Amino acid sequence: MKEFKVQPIRNGTVIDHIDSGKALKVLKIMDIDETVKSTVSVIMHVQSAKNDYKDIVKVEDKELNPKELQKIALIAPHATINIIRDYDVVKKSRVSAPDRVVGIVRCANPNCITNSKTDLHTYEPVDPEFVVESTRPLKLRCIYCDRELENPEEHLV
Amino acid sequence: MPPYFYFFPKWSITTLNYPCHFSSLSMDMLDMKGRDIVSIGDFTVDEIEGILDLAQNMVPIAKGEKTSKILDGKILAAFFFEPSTRTKLSFESAMLRLGGGIIGFANPKGTSASKGETLADTIRMAEAYSDVIVLRHPREGAARLAAKFSEKPVINAGDGAGQHPTQTLLDLFTIRSEKGAIGGLHINLVGDLKYGRTVHSLAHALAMFGAKLSFTAPPELQMPDHVIKDVRQYGIEPEIHTSLEDSVSDSDVLYVTRIQKERFPDLAEYEKVAGAYRIDLDLLDKAKSDVIIMHPLPRVNEISPEVDDTRNAKYFTQAFNGVPVRMALLSLVLGVSE
Repeated sequence: MKEFKVQPIRNGTVIDHIDSGKALKVLKIMDIDETVKSTVSVIMHVQSAKNDYKDIVKVEDKELNPKELQKIALIAPHATINIIRDYDVVKKSRVSAPDRVVGIVRCANPNCITNSKTDLHTYEPVDPEFVVESTRPLKLRCIYCDRELENPEEHLV
Repeated sequence: MPPYFYFFPKWSITTLNYPCHFSSLSMDMLDMKGRDIVSIGDFTVDEIEGILDLAQNMVPIAKGEKTSKILDGKILAAFFFEPSTRTKLSFESAMLRLGGGIIGFANPKGTSASKGETLADTIRMAEAYSDVIVLRHPREGAARLAAKFSEKPVINAGDGAGQHPTQTLLDLFTIRSEKGAIGGLHINLVGDLKYGRTVHSLAHALAMFGAKLSFTAPPELQMPDHVIKDVRQYGIEPEIHTSLEDSVSDSDVLYVTRIQKERFPDLAEYEKVAGAYRIDLDLLDKAKSDVIIMHPLPRVNEISPEVDDTRNAKYFTQAFNGVPVRMALLSLVLGVSE
């Protein structure tokens, strides 16, 4: 019989097939920190059916908003999202890596116009926007300054 | 210091309604009304050829040998957030030669920008007051952002260390008009290839045209890897040189850029490096007799003044060529060239 390493959850979200080692980044995207009030299970580096390794995150009483989904799609392009209600999976979907990324990553070029602040400390009224050139490795190019963004995961808004 | 606002009334002179004989093929292909000119990478080779054809037809007007009023009633907003000499003056000359008017500023001090206005709002205001906007700004991506906020066409006159497409077009125009073609020529980019904004876009465009490329620079100022990768995608494998003496002999074009003192920690090192990339008559003796020498200017001492009087020196012609090329662009994006 298959051994359960983690208890099933009653209501909430299971994010499966996260690239191995990225679970903590997923927690960060979901704003899960020391103020957490619900049960969260993190399983890292477990063998997947495809003979490689993956991470899994289970969060009780939480569903993801669209921005969180976009961010997870960027750092874990093969993740699946399972919505659990009363122990049953009521919806299962795969995240899809977008062609364009808007408003969730900031350009790393300090001289990019999207990082420009006026004397009154306001940014230009645009969301940073990138073309996704590849998902593995993740390569984004700023549509404004045309620079490739190295380590986009470090620049999530 | 108060901002330098300027306004030139339209010239009222006897004019031709039409510049001259445009190549009908190019003009049919080129519908650029309302189009932004942000990056050279936004254009195809055919479009660039069409722009250069039209610029060629603009030369007599740019020289004042013919007159034109095709931009009569049109207003250019020239917003220069950074200093500029050639770009600013040649845009002004281009607009005036075609009968249009100009508003704008050459120094953002005292404008709304210095009061905390965003560039987006400044551009919305420019859009309301003019038909075409020319923008120079210290930040990369400024022109792309401006284009987003303006229905009127935006022409990038340099954004930080980013793009300067009108400079690239006038460089291409100079090469084509002096040598008859661009593809197949051996073009040698010399000097500060790391920080020089003009050489990055130019290398991209030359690769699109199938030119053979050499990059001659001290190792610390050599062409960045991303530009080398960029030209390789067009099937061009650039030659990398550190010695100008080694690379000069079979070059058709020497495109020289300024090596800036501030790139070097000590003056002696700068002087040693700068001296090794100086063009003088001795070096010209080692080059092809019909090599042309270009420079985006301003030059300091990388081209000896004795070279100015040779038939190889084309850098002042190149500076003039900014006018017909910008005339062509203004008329195209304003949709009045046909």
